[in-house]
Amino acid sequence: MKRRDFLQYTSLGLGAAFASNIPVFGNIVSPEQFLEPVDTRLKKQIADMVLTAAKSRGASYADVRIGRYMRQYIITREKNVESITNSESYGIGIRVLANGSWGFAATDKMDNESILKATTIAVDMAKVNAKLLSEPVKLALQKGYGEVSWKTPIEKNAFEIPIKDKVDLLLTANGIAMANGATYINNAMYLINEQKYFASTDGSYIDQDVHRIWPTFTVTKTDTKTGKFETRNSLSSPMGMGYEYLIPREQDKMKGLVTVYNKRYDMLEDVKAATLQVDEKLKAKPVEPGKYDLVLDPTNLFLTIHESVGHPTELDRVLGYEANYAGTSFLTLDKWESKKFKFGSKLVNFKADKTDPGTLGAVGYDDEGVKTKEWDIIKDGILVSYQTTRDQAHIIGLNESQGCSYAESWNSVQFQRMPNVSLEPGKSPLKPADMIKNIEKGLYMLGRNSYSIDQQRYNFQFSSQLCYEIINGKITGMVKGAAYQANTQEFWNSCTAICDKSDYRLGGSFFDGKGQPSQVSAVSHGCSTTRFNGVSVINTGRKI
Amino acid sequence: MPILTKDEAQALMKKVIALSKADEIEVNLTGSDGGNIRYARNAVSTSGGVSQNNLVIQSSFGKKMGTTTINEFDDSSLEKAVRRSEEVARLAPDNPEFVPNLGPQTYLESKTFVPETAAITPKLRADAVAQSLQIAKENNLVAAGFMENSAGFSSMMNSSGLFAYNTSTNVNFNVTLRTADSKGSGYASKGFNDITKLDVAAATKFAAQKASGSANAKAIEPGKYTVILEPSAAIVLLESMFFAMDARSADEGRSFLSKPGGKTKLGEKMVDERVTIYSDPQHPDLPTSTWNGDGRPQEKIAWIEKGVMKNLYYSRYWAQQKKVKAVPSPDAVIMEGGTASLEDLIKGTEKGILVTRLWYIRNVDPQTLLYTGLTRDGTFYIENGQIKFPIKNFRFNESPIIMLNNLEALGKPERTVSGESGIHALIPPMKIRDFTFTSLSDAV
Repeated sequence: MKRRDFLQYTSLGLGAAFASNIPVFGNIVSPEQFLEPVDTRLKKQIADMVLTAAKSRGASYADVRIGRYMRQYIITREKNVESITNSESYGIGIRVLANGSWGFAATDKMDNESILKATTIAVDMAKVNAKLLSEPVKLALQKGYGEVSWKTPIEKNAFEIPIKDKVDLLLTANGIAMANGATYINNAMYLINEQKYFASTDGSYIDQDVHRIWPTFTVTKTDTKTGKFETRNSLSSPMGMGYEYLIPREQDKMKGLVTVYNKRYDMLEDVKAATLQVDEKLKAKPVEPGKYDLVLDPTNLFLTIHESVGHPTELDRVLGYEANYAGTSFLTLDKWESKKFKFGSKLVNFKADKTDPGTLGAVGYDDEGVKTKEWDIIKDGILVSYQTTRDQAHIIGLNESQGCSYAESWNSVQFQRMPNVSLEPGKSPLKPADMIKNIEKGLYMLGRNSYSIDQQRYNFQFSSQLCYEIINGKITGMVKGAAYQANTQEFWNSCTAICDKSDYRLGGSFFDGKGQPSQVSAVSHGCSTTRFNGVSVINTGRKI
Repeated sequence: MPILTKDEAQALMKKVIALSKADEIEVNLTGSDGGNIRYARNAVSTSGGVSQNNLVIQSSFGKKMGTTTINEFDDSSLEKAVRRSEEVARLAPDNPEFVPNLGPQTYLESKTFVPETAAITPKLRADAVAQSLQIAKENNLVAAGFMENSAGFSSMMNSSGLFAYNTSTNVNFNVTLRTADSKGSGYASKGFNDITKLDVAAATKFAAQKASGSANAKAIEPGKYTVILEPSAAIVLLESMFFAMDARSADEGRSFLSKPGGKTKLGEKMVDERVTIYSDPQHPDLPTSTWNGDGRPQEKIAWIEKGVMKNLYYSRYWAQQKKVKAVPSPDAVIMEGGTASLEDLIKGTEKGILVTRLWYIRNVDPQTLLYTGLTRDGTFYIENGQIKFPIKNFRFNESPIIMLNNLEALGKPERTVSGESGIHALIPPMKIRDFTFTSLSDAV
């Protein structure tokens, strides 16, 4: 239904909407309504009522999430604004532990009677489910924090920027693309604000104000003579930031063969570059299949990290809770227990965090009241940890959760979701241009494109927006149709160089899906440009 | 609430339309009741219930359009919502692609509501799961699965005289069974409007057989093979083609249907002449709504006939530009087949691979509709008409257009659910030559 709703709200064709995989939530509201938060005192009153009722009905633990989830989506093409959607979803989700089992119920009717009814449903459901349990839930201890709050450290609240300014930016960018020879441009801006209040029987009352932004375009050029077409997507990243992300700053530009961006994005500059690069793509020669040394820019590598490192280290997948949907994981517990499983080369260090400013995963507390932190997942190439919630911590010998609980909305039950998982930069000074100089036969790839990986996260295939051939240390030109295929462990063991922290940037997934019913979450992955030796590359060109 | 009768829905929407001061108003009213249960590691994990109503109001002044949504239906809330949609419309930029309201339409009778499905209780779901878990345990397998059901109505009215109403029910069940050592895996997915057609035990047994049979798979070299795609495998490639059959993309030169000189391949033979794909909202085995989200009637229509691209779907705006009938995209597709069973197809295969399911399908090249993905939950080597042994999973890179040109044989169509998009389809198992597998995967 969500996808069908999306079609109502936009003018995209069916295929485009399916491909975009963008869900729509909640009610349509006027933009001004975004700026009126719900009174914290009222939320605390409701929370206390629910927690008391849940306990008196037999819950050993209960938590309440009162959430107001707001989204503004602006979608344009060429000179037209296709749609402006302002939506709000407000309600309460109640999770309880009774007889050792979870129960959950949610309602958008915010009167006391409806809320208490939902509380009763949640406790009764837990008791019914307890009969089909194999073992009771073991919840890691968590201290209460009292009344605390956290806010994404934004400089400019994107919801306070007049819609006209946002539309002007998108249409100006579209104008630049068309003036430089684009045939079409689709350009959109997605803004999200989660105002969420969490309270639990542990004594926490946590008020958080979370902001995210994602501008993204696709420039298309068709060649009517040949009937061929090519596209280039924006090299922006979704960020846990305010509107400041769209105010360019020279220090955040990395100028090389292709200009890439750090904590500020220059849409007008990137759209012009994209339009000129589409021309090059149309004329590019097909890639010769074979083994190449790959130089992967963070705009491409972040997604490979997401799929091949982020997902297989989710403990719920490892345990089999996602076996029927997202899949399981090759990183089984015995590999972690051995303390010897060589996930990657010695250069490979992955940290998980939900604290890094500007990331999509950054919050003060997760959705079960755990203060967020940072920890090692892969250390010197060895698997050392996973991602856990409170009911999973004991499985890997932890006394407390790593703070990975998240629910996409008040009406979805919270469960284990990926924190930011990032590749540590190299310790010795190294710039991408120097990395390229040392390569005999290679490919330099930038931008996310097609991605696919198996259900246990062994075998993957990725392609890029831009792909340049490297011969004897020099870029010789653009090639097309290149996709790299590898096995996760072989790939990370073929990592031979990582650029230093001056090249470190964030990429991110804005709509990462998991769970039944499916929920989306947003997560960032930081890395510097990285080299992988001898990776298999196929040519995806075909004739029909 | 949440399921209103036709008269109740009509009365509520008339009230909303009477409040309008805009040039045009369009109202969509929906409601649904549903529940779900999820299990993994041979035990129930989570479950939930959702009951909701939604009223979407779209007002327009000239080419300016504003939308608002509410879920409260008292008189003052309705009035406030109508006024808000009008305010938003006045502030909106002109939409150059604005199309005025549709007038009154005639719709076929819909067959999408089954009272037995609407009556599903949490206990019925729990009992179904208990039955599935029992089969898993008896076979020494580990089960993870999901069952969800919903009953609801959709209705629409506008100030130009259009009124549409439909009720529908759905139930979906899917399960993955794995051997205790994780060396074998099987999957089954079923979806119906009618709960009486759902056999949870049969689906679980099917998955159990695939799980046990796929354990200890052997590796064979990737390359081009003759494959037999079960409907659950074929649908994910077929739908990829179907989702790309939008007329505007084709006309704009950015589709697999685009041709040099700004033309399209509409009317041309693109695939084997045995391929005929159509949609029919009144098909007894796959009934769908008889109107689409913007009020256009859904009727029986051929998309590919004997290999020829017969129709593309249009937005109302694009159809107006092109001066053609605005054919909407359908809710489900049906592909004609033959009478052969899956077993018959296997018997007639000298050397080949039986594919149960394809997974993580992503577009590699929109120009050729090249897609990549992997086999999953039961891949078997066939020799001299018999399944010889399970084989390790492969990654493929293949286009549905190339695949439908390399057609060897079609079996008897059956109803299936896409593991990617969730759409339902009625399609045959198909035998395809030269299907391209590009690498091996260790995943089970």
